[in-house]
Amino acid sequence: MTHPPYLYPGYKSTVLRAPAQELIMPKLGPDSVELSSPVFGHQELGRLDNDLTVQHSGEPLGQRIIVTGRVLDGAGRPVRNALVEVWQANSAGRYNHLGDIHPAPLDPNFTGAGRCLTDDEGRYRFITIKPGAYPWGNHHNAWRPAHIHFSVFGTAFTQRLVTQMYFPDDPLFPFDPIFQSIPEERDREKLISRFDMDLTKPEWALGFQWDIVLGDTPMEA
Amino acid sequence: MTTPAKTTQAETTPSQTVGPFYGYALPYEAGPRVAPAWRPDAITIRGRVLDGAGEPVPDALLEIWQADENGEIPRRPGGIVREGHDFSGFGRCGTDAAGGFWFTTVKPGAVGAGAPYIALLVFARGLLKPVATRIYFPEDEAAHAADPLLAEVPADRRGTLVAEREGDRAYRFDVRLQGEGETVFLAF
Repeated sequence: MTHPPYLYPGYKSTVLRAPAQELIMPKLGPDSVELSSPVFGHQELGRLDNDLTVQHSGEPLGQRIIVTGRVLDGAGRPVRNALVEVWQANSAGRYNHLGDIHPAPLDPNFTGAGRCLTDDEGRYRFITIKPGAYPWGNHHNAWRPAHIHFSVFGTAFTQRLVTQMYFPDDPLFPFDPIFQSIPEERDREKLISRFDMDLTKPEWALGFQWDIVLGDTPMEA
Repeated sequence: MTTPAKTTQAETTPSQTVGPFYGYALPYEAGPRVAPAWRPDAITIRGRVLDGAGEPVPDALLEIWQADENGEIPRRPGGIVREGHDFSGFGRCGTDAAGGFWFTTVKPGAVGAGAPYIALLVFARGLLKPVATRIYFPEDEAAHAADPLLAEVPADRRGTLVAEREGDRAYRFDVRLQGEGETVFLAF
């Protein structure tokens, strides 16, 4: 199974939120509404929505990075004009969200949200700051590995994917129940971006590559 | 519309939870306003998301996708920025502190042989992948009897997929993630 199960008790919030009943698997599968997807256009996005480092008057603190990759379908074909949305903590591991009470500093020059549409090759591209790891209340001394949240639309509403991209060699992977909820190691590795020297820009930013492959649905067994 | 190629699961990117902090990134002003409220055929759908203890889920994100009043599936942009008169078919709403959400839209026409419905996805902290369901309408009883998907749902749970009428052009649809009255969720 590629995707995590609904119930993964090591991640406490699943205990009261995971459906307990068997999911219904309609014999006819999804119908034409569910097999289509909303369409998004460039006129709906700001020109700089994919650069999280220029949304304020000053430069955000932290390590500047370029994150790019392709959105592909199961046959390896690019998904064009797909809306990709991202959000993340700042370099200190703090989200610009009232609910985040981690006593790390907010950065007045970093909101941590961006979006873009994929191009004809299915490629998205963001410029941002490497997020910090941060503590959470799931268990004693719980820390999330650094990650960027991704939200992606495919060509079918049933393909809708929300996931998280991680960074290579994070020492927190073995301790993180959200990452570990994915049953197979080879599937967990699909969420880890790859450092790319060719993408890295001299005197400016480190480059990370990460491709996203959309399945039929995340609800598939 | 192209049907996505059947995927070999080997390469599929796994899902992860939306987490608790999507609130400053994903919701947007026009998100719940799928159709403008001044349209004479506008309807509102309100509801709550509840967990297995019956407690409200204050950090869920709901997305709807539907055909228009004629059963046409929208094929043009407008999901984020609507021009006031526009209908995009896509809506997004985060829940409030009481687990509440709302959408203003139009009732979809039937697409194909089934009864009219709105496709719904719910994301939340604690959901490692979304739950998918459908919102049907209470006045379509006859069409429900012939709906191929509803036919596969055990009769005693079918009601969880049907909105309640709350007034003239107003409906209620609660999502119970777990436990008594658990909403029927779909896997395709």
